[in-house]
Amino acid sequence: MGSESLKNQVAIVGVADTEVGVVPQYSATQLYVKAAKLALADAGIKKDEVDGLITCISFVEPYMYHAEMIAEYLQIFPRYCMTAPSGGGTTLAIMHHAASAIATGMCNTVLITMADSQLSGLSRAKAIEAMSGAGHPQFERPYGPPIPAFYALLARAHEHAYGTTAAQRAAVAVACRKHASMNPAAQMRKPLTVADVLNSRMIADPLHLLDCSLVSDGGAAIVMTSAERARDFETKPVYLLGTGEGHSHEHISEARSLTTSAAKEAGERAYAMAGLGPRDIDVAELYDCFTPVVIIELEDLGFCSKGEGGRFVEGGRIELGGELPINTHGGLLSHCHPGHPGSMFSVTEAVRQLRGECGPRQVADAKIALVHAQGGIMSTHCTAIFGSEPV
Amino acid sequence: MAAETAKALPAPTLETRPYWEGCKRHELRIQRCGGCGRYQFYPRIYCAQCFDDRVEWVTASGRATVLSFTIVRRPVSPAFAADVPYVVALVTLDEGPTMMTNIVGCEPERVAIGMRVAVTFEDWNEEISIAKFRPA
Repeated sequence: MGSESLKNQVAIVGVADTEVGVVPQYSATQLYVKAAKLALADAGIKKDEVDGLITCISFVEPYMYHAEMIAEYLQIFPRYCMTAPSGGGTTLAIMHHAASAIATGMCNTVLITMADSQLSGLSRAKAIEAMSGAGHPQFERPYGPPIPAFYALLARAHEHAYGTTAAQRAAVAVACRKHASMNPAAQMRKPLTVADVLNSRMIADPLHLLDCSLVSDGGAAIVMTSAERARDFETKPVYLLGTGEGHSHEHISEARSLTTSAAKEAGERAYAMAGLGPRDIDVAELYDCFTPVVIIELEDLGFCSKGEGGRFVEGGRIELGGELPINTHGGLLSHCHPGHPGSMFSVTEAVRQLRGECGPRQVADAKIALVHAQGGIMSTHCTAIFGSEPV
Repeated sequence: MAAETAKALPAPTLETRPYWEGCKRHELRIQRCGGCGRYQFYPRIYCAQCFDDRVEWVTASGRATVLSFTIVRRPVSPAFAADVPYVVALVTLDEGPTMMTNIVGCEPERVAIGMRVAVTFEDWNEEISIAKFRPA
């Protein structure tokens, strides 16, 4: 199959988010199930019509066969059942797999549900494990890097190579918070200034507290089916135009580059499948676990040239009304970040933008949206391009 | 020393034991490919460049250049709390491979990208010593 194999073949016909942020009234498993029920309701179908199920693993309530556990809980009996083993780029890439499963006839209707309760569900011991469990057990962890430190290494390298500044990174957090302030569902809604970010506590130089994403509870789900079948749904379908992946390393000490990531390959593959380029994108939902990641992604996805990302995010260019609004729900920095499910909220937001349902934070006349996610430490990347119509 | 072993005590494997035995003797050991001559770290059964299986252990010069670094202000776990602030860095060995380390023996604020550093070892217990770097 060529690079155009999935173009226009698959559509998203249902999306939903649970409450996000501080949600102690639901367990992690209940958040998966709640997101699933809401997405099925949005699609207007019964659970028995689902013949493909994908979940991500839960850190808080793990099961050896997680997707099978959720199927069992829901009492559905899919013919395609898959658990995404980690977060970020992987949870978006699994949608690539779901689209392939639909296009090749493995199944007709895939429910993808992802959730966790990282904020309310963790014991103290589990919280420490969550913080310190990253990195190579023999060659990285003995040096004590918390997760922000891994990304600080990238930020520092980008600063050194291109003169990127703390204020430029802060502009990313400010834009995400501005958008969250227009989103009643977001966890953090009080507007921020660049000075607020720069004055927040230093966590791992040069990253301040407000350069770091949130810790949250929450879940999101989507329903995917063939573009042909999507016409029978009451909701307005949103079409998958292109998707691609890039995988460069597991450990940051093994990265090919600290300043250019495999987002470049993922983006190029997605653009090639869609027959589109960065100039065609109306709205972008970019993985923003830490502010420097957005700057590198903007460069690697071709929205600006390498080294220009810092200047690109200034002057409101990435805010609503700007040249390329990003993270219109508030992103991981301000909407929510329950862990593995993070990128799923970017997908539900992109779909709502293309349906025109976003109210005050609606990007005017949005027809084409790009979602990018990365996982590990800039290790695993996936880009997806969606359209309100086939192209 | 008890505080050190509570941090993240490495468990050597069949593949990595020669590295850790080197550290115990305060020698930084990496692999060199008998086929293409290139060096690699971390250890692997084959050369990751040319896939030759003639990889041999050699003692590295222990000299390196800081590729990037961060000063950790909030410790990764309670076991590291007494060390804050500490420098986590990536250093490029003169032989080519990159490794993660801590830069010790100077004020964290003195560390810079491009700084020349040399290996030093911190003994965590009788079996495990950790390779760190100080200004050269």
